[in-house]
Formats: sequence, C-alpha cells, structure tokens
Amino acid sequence: MEQIIFIILSVLAVVGALAVIFSSNAVYSVLFLVLTFFAIAGHFILLNAQFLAIVNIIVYAGAIMVLFLFVIMLLNLNKDSEAPTPALARIAGAIAAGLLMVTIVGAFKGLSQGSDVALRGGEIGTVSRLGQVLFSDFLLPFEISSVLFLSAMIGAVMLGKKNLKDS
Amino acid sequence: MTPEYLSRFGGILIFILGGIAFVLLVVGIARMIRPNRPDENKLSPYECGEDPVGNVWTNFNVRFYLVALLFLLFEVELVLLFPWAVLFSDAESLATFGTSWIWISITEITLFLGMLIAGLAYAWRKGYLAWVKPDPKPETIEPVVPGALYEEINRQYERKK
Repeated sequence: MEQIIFIILSVLAVVGALAVIFSSNAVYSVLFLVLTFFAIAGHFILLNAQFLAIVNIIVYAGAIMVLFLFVIMLLNLNKDSEAPTPALARIAGAIAAGLLMVTIVGAFKGLSQGSDVALRGGEIGTVSRLGQVLFSDFLLPFEISSVLFLSAMIGAVMLGKKNLKDS
Repeated sequence: MTPEYLSRFGGILIFILGGIAFVLLVVGIARMIRPNRPDENKLSPYECGEDPVGNVWTNFNVRFYLVALLFLLFEVELVLLFPWAVLFSDAESLATFGTSWIWISITEITLFLGMLIAGLAYAWRKGYLAWVKPDPKPETIEPVVPGALYEEINRQYERKK
C-alpha cells in the first residue's frame, strides 16, 4: 500500500515538475508547481514528517505561490512584449542548470547509508517533538531566525519603496 | 505493516480522492446530459454583457506585493510558534520541562514576536502600508478675461435698468 502511494505521488511530482517547465503560460506553470508541492507534501507524510508536510502546503503552496503569481502579474509577461531569449543566455542557463544537477547528484551519493530507517522510527516528525527540540537544543537559532525575518521585512520594504512613489 | 500514523492520514487521503471523484462525477454527468451547441457569443468570456475590452493581465500595484510579503513573514512566524503552542498547552510536557523552561520559552517567544512587530511597526510608521490617497491641490487659474471687462459689462446693464 505504501509502495503504491509512493509511486503515485512520485509520478505526480515528476509530471507536475515537467509541466512547470514545459507549459508556455507562466500562470499554468505556477499551478503545476502547486500540484508538485502537494505531491511532495505527501512524500513528507510517508516519511513521518507531518509538520513539514503541512508547512509545505501552507507556506509554499499557499503563500509563496501567491507571491509567484504577483511577480508574474507585475512582470506583465505578454506574448507580444516578450523579447526572444538570446542564444548565449540559453547556453549559459543550460550550463548552470547542469552544474547544479551535478552538485545535487554528488551530494546525494554520500547519502546511501539507510538513514531512512531512523526517520521512520518514533515520533521524530511530530509537532510536539519539533517543539521540544526547537526550544531546548535550537533555542539560539530559533531566536536568530527572528532577526532574519526582521531583515527580510525591512529589505522588502526598502525594495518596494522605490516603486511605491510612482504608482 | 503500515504504521499507525499512516492509517490516520488515510482518512485525509480518502477525503482528497473523494473530492476529486465528486468533481469528476458531477462534471461528467453534466457533460453527458447537457446539449452541446456552442456559438461565438457563448464561447466569449463574459464581462457584464459587454464585449471584453483590453487585456486581462494588468499590472498590480506594488503595494499588494509588499502586503503579501509581510503576510508571508508573519505566516512563517506562526508556523514556528505552533510547536511551542502545542507543547505549552500540554500539561504533561510542561511538567517534564520544569518551571524554568516555561519562563525561558515565554521570554523567547516575546522576543521573537517583538522583533517582527518592530518590523511591522517600522513599515507602518513609515507609511508603506498606507494606500495612496488622492491629494488634490487647489489650482490657481489665471483669468484670460481681465476683471475690468466684467466691471464694464456690469455698469452697462445697470444703466439699462
């Protein structure tokens, strides 16, 4: 049963990711990305990371996709206003993406030590377990993340400020 | 050997599958029994009975984006607060942690919230959240007709009375 669900979710995720790349309309790309995120949330649940699954849906599929849609609307990507991508940029993009893939494959090569078993056991992905770890061992990183939020907020305000005047 | 937590999520899975099946069923029945006679007017996008004018893709005000970004930050903050709230509402886990942990965590949360509230207050105080209000300025109009002419006309009509 678990195997079947895993296969269905994987197929959904891969097909969704491919559709993100290949759909010509940017809005459809975002919607397919939402589908991919849902499939990945299913994977998290299979790995007993329940909190991560819900956060993945709420934050990524919910809020960040809204931001993506905003950006697409702000860029105003019309067919006629879109300039054709120069060949150099395409080659550079292909090389960059290939290098990223090599890095990811290299990073995953060292991960074949069956850490999956440790993930499945016990209560490691539940909310209360996360809270215990967050407020005992990772107290300082938790607090520092609030500084990160503050800087992100001020950065957003600063970047938006330029455009606010003339709108 | 399905673990227990998975069988609990099975209910959610059934809900999702049921939702998809229901939509497909309803749309499928509609497709089967409805007459299919498309014409140009039926296929055009509806815009209050008018012919659609212009493009659907308009540029949003950047302010929407800023508000959405602030919302996102607070949402992530909420996500991080949730584990704490779960622990804090549970008397059993509170007992295992002890009193000092309670006060430390409350201080932490207050600091954490305070940071973001300071950011929000900054954006608010600087007026980045405020909408652009129309700011009508009184226009001074230089009259083309000199005032003396009006006086002249007034005098003329006075004489006629």
